Amino acid sequence: MQGGSRVRRWLILALLWGVALLFLIPFLWMLSSSLKPNYQIFEVPPRWIPNPPRWENYVEALTILPFPLYIRSTAIITLLTIAGHLLSCTVIAYAFARLRAPGRDFLFVVMLATMMLPYPVTMVPLYVLFNRLGWINTFLPLVVPAYLGIPFYIFLMRQFFLTIPRDFEDAARIDGANTLQIIGRIMLPMAMPALATVTIFTFQATWNDFLAPLIYLQRPELYTVTLGLQFFRSTYTTNWAYLMAASLVTTLPVIVVFFAAQRYFIEGITLTGVKG
Amino acid sequence: MSNARAVGGRRHSRNRLARREALTFYLLISPWLVGLLLFVLGPIVASLGFSFTRWDMLTPPVPAGLRNYVRMVDDRLFWQSLSVTVRYTLMYVPSELVGGLLLALLMNQVSAKGIRAIRTIYFMPSVLSGVAFVVVWMWLFHPEAGLINATLARVGISGPRWLVDPNTALTALWIMSLWGLGRTAVIYLAGLRGIPKELYEAAAMDGAGTWHSFRSVTLPMLTPAIFFNLVLSIISTFQSFTSAFVATNGGPLDSTLFYVLYLYRKAFQEFQMGYASALAWVLFLIILVLTLLVVRSGQWWVYYEGEER
Repeated sequence: MQGGSRVRRWLILALLWGVALLFLIPFLWMLSSSLKPNYQIFEVPPRWIPNPPRWENYVEALTILPFPLYIRSTAIITLLTIAGHLLSCTVIAYAFARLRAPGRDFLFVVMLATMMLPYPVTMVPLYVLFNRLGWINTFLPLVVPAYLGIPFYIFLMRQFFLTIPRDFEDAARIDGANTLQIIGRIMLPMAMPALATVTIFTFQATWNDFLAPLIYLQRPELYTVTLGLQFFRSTYTTNWAYLMAASLVTTLPVIVVFFAAQRYFIEGITLTGVKG
Repeated sequence: MSNARAVGGRRHSRNRLARREALTFYLLISPWLVGLLLFVLGPIVASLGFSFTRWDMLTPPVPAGLRNYVRMVDDRLFWQSLSVTVRYTLMYVPSELVGGLLLALLMNQVSAKGIRAIRTIYFMPSVLSGVAFVVVWMWLFHPEAGLINATLARVGISGPRWLVDPNTALTALWIMSLWGLGRTAVIYLAGLRGIPKELYEAAAMDGAGTWHSFRSVTLPMLTPAIFFNLVLSIISTFQSFTSAFVATNGGPLDSTLFYVLYLYRKAFQEFQMGYASALAWVLFLIILVLTLLVVRSGQWWVYYEGEER
């Protein structure tokens, strides 16, 4: 019995690692291709270890198009969006979690319903609106909505606030603290894990966003990394080594953050996925 | 008399406190209310309005009655895009559900420590941007030098031309999307880990085998998570855009023309804002009906512990 279950365990592990290898292969292929000189790229059968590795691919891929500029733009948009989400969503989430008001539960349901709204429905009118405001070809359509609260993150923060005991707030209120002070001094320090989750999710979603920048940023000098990569792909279709190098470099920040903060990533995703 | 007044006074001050609290509530959520009006409700109404006009954004909109909706009936590409999207959803959503569940069940057989590295690897593809994700797969799918066909060639199979063949392009996009399966698996794994051990012990005492305890404990306990992910998955798969936009631009021969890609073309390449809005509303209604159907079906198969929700 014991031996049988050990064999079973090893079989399962072998299977899991087999699948893991399948998941890893595209990454390895990306890395390997990015270092190949052009004549090795189309070699059949392909070799895995480029010989010699051509590091210049990275320099050339990132200078044919101004990728440093794209990275800068994306970083600006991402930082402003993160700041917006942290500011707006915590305050709104606190209100939904703690304050009683007529219509609160109804508004909460409305908020949950808007999470289900397909983006294409508002796509055209939003473009018309931002066009009228003169915001096309600026970062404003990408950044300003972040300061007005995002239902998903409000929901996430609210769920977290609900788990914090009220006693701390009551004590602070007796000491004469107002609501904003309570949020800032009592709730936020205790909500660090939730704030980290919001930050990381926002970072990933904004850094990787494609459709919104595609619609609002039409001038190449304003491109984000995803637009730059797509532009690169449509202009230099056959230069796979450069494309892989550019993909890797523009993805690197997200991968690094993912490894550094995996816990929050996975906990956040399961928090929202399992508990509904 | 005086007693009544005292009660009245207390009620009065309690009312004032409640009013203050309500006021604070509305003050704090006011950014969201502004956003709701400006970026959600306003646009929804506007979108419906636009859908009854013909509008190129250069000249003022012209009232068109129901013409945009009638036009869809004879629009070959509308039906093509709808069919592509439905077929893709039918391929992706069940495979995501079954694949994610299988991986999660396997991972659940191993201790949390032993699984950490594997879990990281499974999850990694889903942190990539859609564009980078697709660009890598375009290279993997390259008909001659791509890793997939080069590997197939080694064992004597001449692989399909994947993204450049109208018969296989949609399948290729589907295979590509399975690379992101790990995310779903990780969600289900957390659901599995949350099932109380006592339930399995009780099932074992009743003489339940592996299959039986899976059927009567694991699956029912997991249905809320499955349900939630199913709803979200249908909604988001119906709105697929990036993979086709980057990899195939809807081709070859419109074989990967996703609905939202067609809508995007009408709106932002041909500037037919009225028609695009009508397309958006039809999509909205389809998604709404599908979601309601799934939610309705939930009462037959979703198990809520204690049924107190």
